[in-house]
Amino acid sequence: MYEFDIEKPSTIDEAVAALASDEAQALGGGQTLIPTLKQRLAAPGVLVSLGGIDALKGIRPEGDTLVIGAGTCHADVAADGTIPALSALAAGIGDPAVRNRGTIGGSLANNDPSACYPAGVLGLGATVVTNQREIGAGDFFTGLFETALEDGEIITAVKLPRPEAAAYVKFEQPASRFALVGVFVSRTGTEVRVAVTGASEDGVFRWTEAEAALSANFAPDALDGMSPDGDMISDIHGSAEYRAHLVAVLTKRAVAAC
Amino acid sequence: MAQVSMTVNGKAVSAEAEGRTLLSQFLRETLGLTGTHVGCDTGQCGACTVHVNGRMVKSCNMFAAEADGARITTIEGMAEADGSLGAIQAAFREHHGLQCGFCTPGMVMAAAALLADNPKPSEADIRAHLSGNLCRCTGYHNIVKAIMAASGQDVGAIAAE
Repeated sequence: MYEFDIEKPSTIDEAVAALASDEAQALGGGQTLIPTLKQRLAAPGVLVSLGGIDALKGIRPEGDTLVIGAGTCHADVAADGTIPALSALAAGIGDPAVRNRGTIGGSLANNDPSACYPAGVLGLGATVVTNQREIGAGDFFTGLFETALEDGEIITAVKLPRPEAAAYVKFEQPASRFALVGVFVSRTGTEVRVAVTGASEDGVFRWTEAEAALSANFAPDALDGMSPDGDMISDIHGSAEYRAHLVAVLTKRAVAAC
Repeated sequence: MAQVSMTVNGKAVSAEAEGRTLLSQFLRETLGLTGTHVGCDTGQCGACTVHVNGRMVKSCNMFAAEADGARITTIEGMAEADGSLGAIQAAFREHHGLQCGFCTPGMVMAAAALLADNPKPSEADIRAHLSGNLCRCTGYHNIVKAIMAASGQDVGAIAAE
């Protein structure tokens, strides 16, 4: 690792001030950033640790919405259970030690194309809250490792509507346990959302054709013969065709599990 | 450099650390607690597992500065007050839950975290919990047995392989 200083603000305002420098980089749970620093793929002059900001932590219901502080670790979301599909998703990230450090805000800000949380947040139609504004999930994820966050903007919380039914199914890449493909399906009334991670060259996406079919008939066989359009990732772990096939299979399984 | 203070195995410690000093380095090189092993140094193998405020974490994937003010437990803190092996350590010896022993400190810390949350885990619970602790001797079977035994459960029910 290159040398850097660490700042540990205790409030969001202090963190925003510390991040104003060009050299500064926010540090969430560090489960992606620290390995990245070790490989010298990032070289910030200052790391602003968000781990000491109590206002970013905790889970609370707000009417029909669940509000999760951005600094809440995966293990705490897994233990919550208010939205069972989301807790199951969190319980499947990485391993137990990683889940005690990694945070929902860090995962969303990083927007790894194979991460689980982007699928859950997009699949629930959640809202990402920052220190400046509220961003709908559909506008938040803008591409591979790209989000709508501006420089110095910090995710403070995520607001997740509670669905009538939801499920997340992922097919793990066996070495990394990241999603080779992961599909989050939610249904509230006749509104169905299908969010897919791991598959697309553009990062997490909504499979709108499947949503339309499932809105008319919420059953796995409503998807018979369908597969997603668009450029799927092709790499040593799976071809584009294989991933497209997995998207359809996993979506059916998620519908069946709802 | 900044001053970092924490409680390690019940003892208050304070020392200077660079921003980039990992908790694993701080424990091993600054405090001399070399029981915490560094295997992969990439957050995958779990040999460096310690408890931070009662929760298991990979100490190579956390900066010492982030642990400022925290309560840390390492493998050196797992023995009984008289220096004899703790229950989990004793079970690892009894059931030969180690081969080369390199992963063992992390395995014991992971086991302790599991049993604190789930005093009577099933075999499946144990195997799932160890998903981030790798034993390259592939000695998992006896490790699972040892954790079962440490929880006071019968190990005879575990299949031969």
